[in-house]
Amino acid sequence: MTRTFALLLALIAGPAQTAPAAAAQRVVSMNLCTDQLAMLLAAPGQLVSVSPLASDPVSSVMAEQAKAYSANSGLAEDIYLLKPDLVLAGAFTGRATVAMLERLGIPVAIFPPAASIADVRQGMLDMGRALGREPQAEAMVADFDARLSGLASGPGHASRPTAAAYAANGYNPGRSSLSGEIIEAAGFHNLAGDLGMETAGFVPLEALVMADPDLVITGDSYGYTTRAEEILRHPALARLTGGRQPMEDRDWICGLPSVLDAVERLGAARQEVGR
Amino acid sequence: MSHGRIMLALSAVVALLFAGSLVTGVADVSPWESLRALVIDDGTPLPLVMREIRLPRAILGVLVGASLGLSGAAMQGLLRNPLAEPGLIGVSGMGALGAVLSIQTGLVGAFALALPTAALAGACLGAVLVFFLAGRGSGTLPLILAGVALSSLAGALTSLALNLSPNPFAASEIVFWMMGSLADRSFEHVAMAAPLMLLGCAALLTTGRSLEALTLGEDAAASMGVDLRRLRLVLVGGVAAAVGAATAVAGAVGFVGLVVPHLLRGAVGGRPARLLPASALGGAALVLAADIAVRLILPGRDLKLGVLMALIGAPVFLHLIWRMRGEP
Repeated sequence: MTRTFALLLALIAGPAQTAPAAAAQRVVSMNLCTDQLAMLLAAPGQLVSVSPLASDPVSSVMAEQAKAYSANSGLAEDIYLLKPDLVLAGAFTGRATVAMLERLGIPVAIFPPAASIADVRQGMLDMGRALGREPQAEAMVADFDARLSGLASGPGHASRPTAAAYAANGYNPGRSSLSGEIIEAAGFHNLAGDLGMETAGFVPLEALVMADPDLVITGDSYGYTTRAEEILRHPALARLTGGRQPMEDRDWICGLPSVLDAVERLGAARQEVGR
Repeated sequence: MSHGRIMLALSAVVALLFAGSLVTGVADVSPWESLRALVIDDGTPLPLVMREIRLPRAILGVLVGASLGLSGAAMQGLLRNPLAEPGLIGVSGMGALGAVLSIQTGLVGAFALALPTAALAGACLGAVLVFFLAGRGSGTLPLILAGVALSSLAGALTSLALNLSPNPFAASEIVFWMMGSLADRSFEHVAMAAPLMLLGCAALLTTGRSLEALTLGEDAAASMGVDLRRLRLVLVGGVAAAVGAATAVAGAVGFVGLVVPHLLRGAVGGRPARLLPASALGGAALVLAADIAVRLILPGRDLKLGVLMALIGAPVFLHLIWRMRGEP
């Protein structure tokens, strides 16, 4: 535990343990977000395996590209047999597996989930350093910054309509989250702040209806009807006067350059409800 | 107190709690304003909250409570055992299993009433199994053991079905199906479950006279012209419809059918024909009160109804076991 924590600290400061003179040659990723970022940044042939979620179009925005890689089960045994010289994991990827891999002498770089747009940039730089692809990562950050400032300076920012994310079970990622910052970057006022939700939580439908936001951002993509997603079809939600914008988890759950697509789509929705 | 006055008093309590349920919620508005918004649409979001969120919730509270209270009283009459309760002996659990299976297999999309029908089938299977395993008129132990086995099995299979789902939200629903909740239900749920619940309750209410005869023993009841096979059939069908439909929309809420008849039995002089309607009203009052309490204890957090019911019901259950210890 302390070791994992130390690793995490090391990563926030810059992944020191993954900066050998020669860049890793056989990289295995075991987390949906590191999968996609590594696919974007790795040199040809450098990344050998990604998690099965990466090729699932419901969860991943890079499902097509992921088919070119073999999928690993995420279990230590499977990953060890791939003989990686670097493993990429998320902060919440099976702790036992990560500890086992470290005992076996395999370097593991741990990437915390992006909780802000600044984290997205930092994640790109960290991944570049881990893979020995700093120049590519810096170029990616530069593109990201340029596109973000272009989006942020769009017209109509004087009025900030209110938007609320509302997912299965009434889940809301909170104001201080990547989704929260995306909502604000698109020129919206985030209802989560008014409801006192700094971090993730559940919004009672009644509170959402009473707030009557200008836009409700919902996702309903997993298929297979569940009770959890039933709330998104509640008649009271359908009768709200504000707009409705679909946004699937895959569009904004990982700190990828494509979060700017989410900003762009929400920006377009803002033009719509602003009128 | 006469039976009529007891029924009147219970009705008044239900009406009061119904109004209480309507004015309880996270929205910070006065009770008067809330009730006004129920009839007058002034274009604000409040009428929407009152009509589409709180009203169906309160109506379901009444129907689910009445179904569970009545089912408990009827089962106890038939088995002549105060521990027979749909939640405890696995009928609700089997109903939840049926509901979950119909959701996971996509059957719910096939026809409008698929969900409550599947829950009814599950509850019916559960009731038949328990009656079969526990035998009629036999001791408490076989009944409770059969119930424990059945509810563990139903719970495990429900968890399995939800864990096998490819949908990442499914696993988090295990709590709902096992503990029950009325949060954020809509009139679609009322329309779906109300007919079956009412049908089941109506069937159970007709059994009062036969259950009364049954208190004298099966032979005496048979000699008084009670058709025991028909009685069992009506009772199992009624319990399955009432509990199944209630579970389909509210999850498995336990202990209502145990606590309510236990509290009211003394007041109605232990007569089943009077206990049945009184338990229906008592169940409605208890579930409405519990549903108000969960919203007051943790506003906006969807504390499960079953948590509160277990806190109230488990001591009653223990008390009953304590009183029955030493009996065969």
